Amino acid sequence: MTSNYLVYLIALPLLGSALLLFAGRKADKWGHLLGTAMSGGAFVIGLYEFSQMLGRSTEQRAVTQKLFSWISVGSFQVDAGLMLDQLSICFVLLITGVGTLIHIYSIAYMSHDLDRRRFFAYLNLFIAAMLLLVLGDSYLNLYVGWEGVGLASYLLIGFWNQKPTYATAAKKAFVANRVGDMGLSLAIMIAFATLGTVSFAGVKEQASQASTGALTAIGIMLLVAATGKSAQFPLQAWLGDAMAGPTPVSALIHAATMVTAGVYLITRSNFIFDAAPTAQLCVAIIGAITLLFGAIIGTAKDDIKKALAASTMSQIGYMVLGAGLGPAGYAFAIMHLLTHGFFKAGMFLGAGSVMHGMDDEVNMRRYGGLSKFMPITFATFGLGYLAIIGVPPFAGFYSKDKIIEVAFNAGGIKGITLGCAALLGAAITAFYMTRVVILTFAGSKRWDDKAHPHESPVLMWLPMALLAIGSVASGFIFTRGNSLKNWLAPVVEQSPVHEGELLKPEVVSVLALVLVLLGVGLAVVKYLRKEIPLVAPTNVSIFTRIARRDLLQDDFNEAVFMKTGQKLTKALVVTDKSIIDGAVRGVAKLVQGSGSALRTTQTGFVRSYAMWILIGAIGLVAAIWVVTL
Amino acid sequence: MSGFVSPVLIYSLIAPILIVLGGAVLGVLVEAFASRKIRPVLQLSLTIGTLVLALAQLWRIRHETSGGAAMGSVAIDGAGLLMQAGIVFMAILGVFLIADQENFTVLAAAVPGSPEEAHSIKSGEHLTEIYPLTLFAVAGMMLFPISTDLITLFVALEMLSLPLYLMAGLSRRRRLMSQEAALKYFLLGAFSSAFFLFGAAYLYGFSGTVSLSGIGAAVSGSNGNSVFMLIGIGFLSVGLLFKVGAVPFHAWTPDVYQGAPTPVTAFMAAATKVAAFGALLRIFYVGFANAYWDWRPFITVIAIITMLFGSFVAIAQRDIKRMLAYSSIAHAGFLLSGVLAMNKAGLDASIFYLIAYGVATLGAFGVVTLVRDSAGEITDLNRWAGLGKRSPFVATVFATFLLGFAGIPLTSGFIGKFSIFSAAYESGNKAVVIVGVLSSAIAAYFYIRVIVLMFFTDPVEDGTSVIIPSVLTRISIVSAFVLTIFLGVFPTPLLNFISSTAIFIR
Repeated sequence: MTSNYLVYLIALPLLGSALLLFAGRKADKWGHLLGTAMSGGAFVIGLYEFSQMLGRSTEQRAVTQKLFSWISVGSFQVDAGLMLDQLSICFVLLITGVGTLIHIYSIAYMSHDLDRRRFFAYLNLFIAAMLLLVLGDSYLNLYVGWEGVGLASYLLIGFWNQKPTYATAAKKAFVANRVGDMGLSLAIMIAFATLGTVSFAGVKEQASQASTGALTAIGIMLLVAATGKSAQFPLQAWLGDAMAGPTPVSALIHAATMVTAGVYLITRSNFIFDAAPTAQLCVAIIGAITLLFGAIIGTAKDDIKKALAASTMSQIGYMVLGAGLGPAGYAFAIMHLLTHGFFKAGMFLGAGSVMHGMDDEVNMRRYGGLSKFMPITFATFGLGYLAIIGVPPFAGFYSKDKIIEVAFNAGGIKGITLGCAALLGAAITAFYMTRVVILTFAGSKRWDDKAHPHESPVLMWLPMALLAIGSVASGFIFTRGNSLKNWLAPVVEQSPVHEGELLKPEVVSVLALVLVLLGVGLAVVKYLRKEIPLVAPTNVSIFTRIARRDLLQDDFNEAVFMKTGQKLTKALVVTDKSIIDGAVRGVAKLVQGSGSALRTTQTGFVRSYAMWILIGAIGLVAAIWVVTL
Repeated sequence: MSGFVSPVLIYSLIAPILIVLGGAVLGVLVEAFASRKIRPVLQLSLTIGTLVLALAQLWRIRHETSGGAAMGSVAIDGAGLLMQAGIVFMAILGVFLIADQENFTVLAAAVPGSPEEAHSIKSGEHLTEIYPLTLFAVAGMMLFPISTDLITLFVALEMLSLPLYLMAGLSRRRRLMSQEAALKYFLLGAFSSAFFLFGAAYLYGFSGTVSLSGIGAAVSGSNGNSVFMLIGIGFLSVGLLFKVGAVPFHAWTPDVYQGAPTPVTAFMAAATKVAAFGALLRIFYVGFANAYWDWRPFITVIAIITMLFGSFVAIAQRDIKRMLAYSSIAHAGFLLSGVLAMNKAGLDASIFYLIAYGVATLGAFGVVTLVRDSAGEITDLNRWAGLGKRSPFVATVFATFLLGFAGIPLTSGFIGKFSIFSAAYESGNKAVVIVGVLSSAIAAYFYIRVIVLMFFTDPVEDGTSVIIPSVLTRISIVSAFVLTIFLGVFPTPLLNFISSTAIFIR
């Protein structure tokens, strides 16, 4: 099946972005409306395609559209083509739906910003790139979108670039993402060299004949790519700092869409991972590590956005874990991704609403008792909270429980370890999220008299309310009659035989609920019953201190990568430094009239260059000699 | 004694080179006899006319293949013609930049700071010797990648180098630095030429012939002294690796790129790379193909250290021209992986890469000539801060070139990197590919850093401004910009053209 409308999904927001950027100040009055309309238009097209899709039989649902032949040389054919199937439609609706809500929210949130038009231009650009990422029909097209969302998020994180720390944050995100991108380009190259194709359909077809070694290599490289984009261990450090960007950006990019691109990539590449068990196991392990890692960091953050960021990291860890569990887990990974898209975006917008009413204060120790002043924010945030900790019947309960269950049923030591990690994660999640809610909305007020907390305007609370509906109902809808699982079945082939069950679903649910209650209870005892100091206490255990320092992730990166990198660069630059200085010194001498141009060359610099050449030549000949001996 | 046999030349096939040489000689005559007033216009139109004519002739003979165009000294084949066309095209863009005489000294012979210099600047005259010099260099560059024997190769090497040494010393500002660069370039160039000759002598000693195909046959027959062969290959490589700027023969690159007048740097960086890699590819693919397993290890090592060194050191640069110089070193490493691939895909990818890189380099240096204050060009990166706010268009164009260098999709650089690395991977050279991708990730860091600097840092008020470029400079930069995007989005026509024409005859 082909469709001629797919390209408009991308073209609309792209056009919006271009118009807003080139129209300049003239567009300041209506730019935000245009941006929102473009995103909304894409959502409408997405809905239309979805309804068309529902009307077709299962095999006929995927549609494609060829735009033009991008690279076509000999056996190497890559079309710039789009493909909308059961998996991508989920993302399209999430991106454009949540995206449009966040556009609406931003109209009010950014109303005081002089550069609001530019902000909307970047938002549109992001939407377009993200849609390209999920609609591309080959790894190469996906890569274009992948770089595009990187660029757009970079522009958006650094949007308030007046402050140097923000620019640093943007840079950190960039470096981590480059490492990930490198993984993706290596994966594409290996796929092309060993399978001769880079289109999803082609790779799927060839994967059965390829060697396990090659597939494992591709899988590991794809995992590297996913860890970079989705802030998974060990490339997770950038996400917390990326919170420097405006809050709607955090909601859109760092909760609902871009950071989940890694999960999309792994799920999309299911045919590779299913044939490469080692790579698949690595995915599951990375997911399990990250879900605990993020959760622990989350317990120690006082900055509301950073706490939510740590939580995002942890929740994506769940999704990656799910995707790493193979055919049994893909559908639940995507389900958790969608439900998380609702409740986490809602909570980020809630955090933005709180900040809006509190003069951009982000320290939760200076909140307290805000539920009275911001009832709507409290209600929507609260529903998101119930969803994330997994209280039935809210959305997170269905999706997270399923992942825990599949993890336990993975079999053997692997199943027990992963399952326990996921269970433990659920308990910690309950603890830190309760902490966030208590510090922000409950207890006594701890803000100065200067702050005047107030409810946000309707343009802000309406998107929050709509997202809250999603956090309440989406899990129920997705699991009812296994609707999402069946829907995705043609894309992620499922194992027909269910492996032996270690724990029954009911047991898992009860276990998880008990642990969640424990976590909530502990947080209540610790934070509701006691006075909250305005400054974080310093006489705390070493563990708390380590958690506050993001489990030493920055220290580690700094010591291992940055320092060595700097040393290496410095060592290499020594050869260059002397040259610069040498040249300048030489010139200075000449200016003093001390000699002819020839003298510069006798300062030894050319001689030292020539020495290099000589050493190189001798080394070269020696090397050949050794090789051929 | 046997009678003198007159050589047989197929003029139509070597006409492109002859046209350029003829134009250069005419240029010398113009220099001698035309009045100072009309010289700039006359020389410029003569040069452009010559180059366009040469390009037209190249187009006419594009389907020709012949090994006997000049008694077996040159090969006319698809790969050679493509590279010649690339060189001429880049020369045209380069001459457009050179036409902006603001960058050149008026009287190259005047001692810096002397009254003669001051007088010559006051006269408002132009330096026109540069045009014939450029044409001579272009002729040498065109001969280099099609030479099929070591003597012709050496002649071509000297022919392209000598004018470049001079051109590097013609800067108007910072003349001492420029002259120092020229002298360094000359001395080191001479040094490496000696290595080249030395290697050529050994190869002759090994095979008893100077023709590449003869050497190739001798290598596969291995009926000579293989030590001579290995020393020959090694030393010949030194001469060539020097020209492409591979580590550890790269030391001249940053100094010369920085010291030379920027338009000359642009021309040199783009066209010389095509010529030198063209020759390198032909020598290794035709002459040394059968000794692949002998030279593969050391070229692999050189490629790897070149990529890493260039990328790492570029990070620390504070001067835009030096940064681009180190970036060119890194790109030399990427291109070496195409040489290493030793297959048709590697050859095609290398040619595409050379064209994409050359065009973007010309454009990037073209933009560098535009950013000035009252004392001339500004190459200090810190003063480029906020350029995007002052002149968004110029900054966007420059950013595009940088993204192209970094190999971001939808630019020509991405297609180039992708095809060259996958060719190398196909040939089984995984180490080079992994280091290559790794160093492009590192390299992307400093390219993007400049973009951030231009767009996200507040401008400093220090008199830095972007001048309004002349029409010719504008043509040059805009065509480089358009090509960089076009080759990224619609690379197929060029890729197909290359893959159907690029062959080396033996």
